[in-house]
Amino acid sequence: MSNTGLSKTAKRIRTAGIVAGAVLVLLVVVGWLWMSYVPDDLDLSTTLPTENGLYVVSYEPSETPIPVNEIHTWTLTLTTADGRPLDHAHVSVDGDMPQHGHGLPTQPIVTDYLGDGRYLVEGVKFQMGGWWVMDFVVESDAGTDKVRFNFILD
Amino acid sequence: MRPAASDHSPRETTVSHRPLHLGAAALLALIGLAVSLAACSQRDSWSEAELATLESLSLSSLPPLPADPSNAYGDDPRAADLGHSLFFDTRLSGNGQVACATCHLAELDFTDGKPLGEGVGTTSRKTMTVVGTAYSPWLFWDGRADSQWSQALGPLESSVEHGGSRLQYAHLIADQYADEYEAVFGPLPDLSGLPASGGPVDDPVARANWESLSPAQQEEVTRVFVNVGKAIAAYERLLMPGESRFDRYVAAVAAGDDEAAAALLSDDEVAGLRLFIGEAGCTNCHNGPLFTNNEFHNTGVPARPDLPEDTGRALGARQVLESEFNCLGPWSDAEPRDCTELRFLKAEGHELERAFKPPSLRNVAESGPYMHAGQFATLGEVLRHYDDAPHAPAGHSELSPLGLSDEQLAQLEAFLRTLSAPLATPEELLREPADLPRSAAADAAARPLATEGAGR
Repeated sequence: MSNTGLSKTAKRIRTAGIVAGAVLVLLVVVGWLWMSYVPDDLDLSTTLPTENGLYVVSYEPSETPIPVNEIHTWTLTLTTADGRPLDHAHVSVDGDMPQHGHGLPTQPIVTDYLGDGRYLVEGVKFQMGGWWVMDFVVESDAGTDKVRFNFILD
Repeated sequence: MRPAASDHSPRETTVSHRPLHLGAAALLALIGLAVSLAACSQRDSWSEAELATLESLSLSSLPPLPADPSNAYGDDPRAADLGHSLFFDTRLSGNGQVACATCHLAELDFTDGKPLGEGVGTTSRKTMTVVGTAYSPWLFWDGRADSQWSQALGPLESSVEHGGSRLQYAHLIADQYADEYEAVFGPLPDLSGLPASGGPVDDPVARANWESLSPAQQEEVTRVFVNVGKAIAAYERLLMPGESRFDRYVAAVAAGDDEAAAALLSDDEVAGLRLFIGEAGCTNCHNGPLFTNNEFHNTGVPARPDLPEDTGRALGARQVLESEFNCLGPWSDAEPRDCTELRFLKAEGHELERAFKPPSLRNVAESGPYMHAGQFATLGEVLRHYDDAPHAPAGHSELSPLGLSDEQLAQLEAFLRTLSAPLATPEELLREPADLPRSAAADAAARPLATEGAGR
């Protein structure tokens, strides 16, 4: 009697273990596939409207192709939605490698306003090839909005 | 002679088919040859993108030695001569037995073959090479120094490495190297009457002595100490990796010389190279001609239970920002605008936790044991770790399991061994200078320890 009861419990535990194991394996596989997935329709534009359409942002790296392992600068050109150069904006910068779980090795900063809606971003560095994103948050009297650029480095 | 007509029936069949058989055999042989030729040329056939990657890893892509604006004496040959002597001088230590060369042995690619560095005590990190570090914006496993000269100063005042103090070293310079020093750095301060030791170090006597000095005296002593670092850095700038079989292979492939390429790397080595730049993802971090991106990564390397917790770059980033010897500090010769790496340093972020600098893989076969605390004895163990990609003991590992076969791991190891080569540095710079003051070189007591350190 008690033996049967124990073995039922043991079976339940075993079944639960198998299910949990299978779920774990599935999660790992899905996670791995997710990490190695680069969307086919990745937008590689260097000029994009911000998410809520408040601004249009373009970037131009100081070196092309964008170098790996070399600290360099980017120039951002910001306009309002109707195409007027945006001055007096505050721009914050961040970057990430969606597949690698790490971001930029540096903390780039907008250090100078160059006029005509152009802003100098210093301290840009990418430490490996692959799919990168750069995020800019733009704040001005017109409001706060953000934009994400995708690019792939060799 | 033709066979007799009488016995033609069975044999004629044979005879009539012989050309067919021969033809088939020849065809098979030709196919075989074609296949093997194709395999041979395929072996060394790389796509344009792959060839670009190979060339980016080749020593021929190494740019000219970058200037170090923080060290105005970095390219002064007299400073390098002085640095060469200092590098080998065991009197630059608390017990007179530890030189830079005690742990940085030329025959082991300027490492020491030990899991943890051993000076007057035992450190909590594996000795890194100093070869090619002129190209690195960050020094040490955690990048807590941002120049070769500031790196050199760290061990000199560490209680487990050289175990001395800056005032002790300033006295040594004044007593033994005054002419060489003054020729480069100008007049030495008057150190007469100052204690034998003194510095912001763990040793209580030296620390008390240091605190008894006036700020002006401290500054004069620190200036000599800094110049010791700058002289050693001028020497270390000359320690450069040499051309390996891998570099010659890339040149042969780029020139389309299949025969030379085939003679340079074996099938397994080429297969390992293909994995290295492809499936195994090694070039994510080990990229560029020195096979390192000089940044910081958490690769889930196991913690050693016998050592205190090591947060890697998370602490190193804060330390380099606070260091009096950094690029923006009072002892640097650089203009602030030259200090881009330090000015835009990332000091916060989950990815800094337990992240360490990928070491150069040039001469990796000569520089074991491996990882920041010598966790792995062999390259095979290292590769197994990357294949398994275990969870990090703290922070998050950037690795994903590779699922490589034993054969593939062996091929990767075979490839790594093609990166070995003698240094591209004149032989006389790799050994103790002949004119090292005899009181140092002839110090018989010092030699046995240094020799033991060589692992001979």
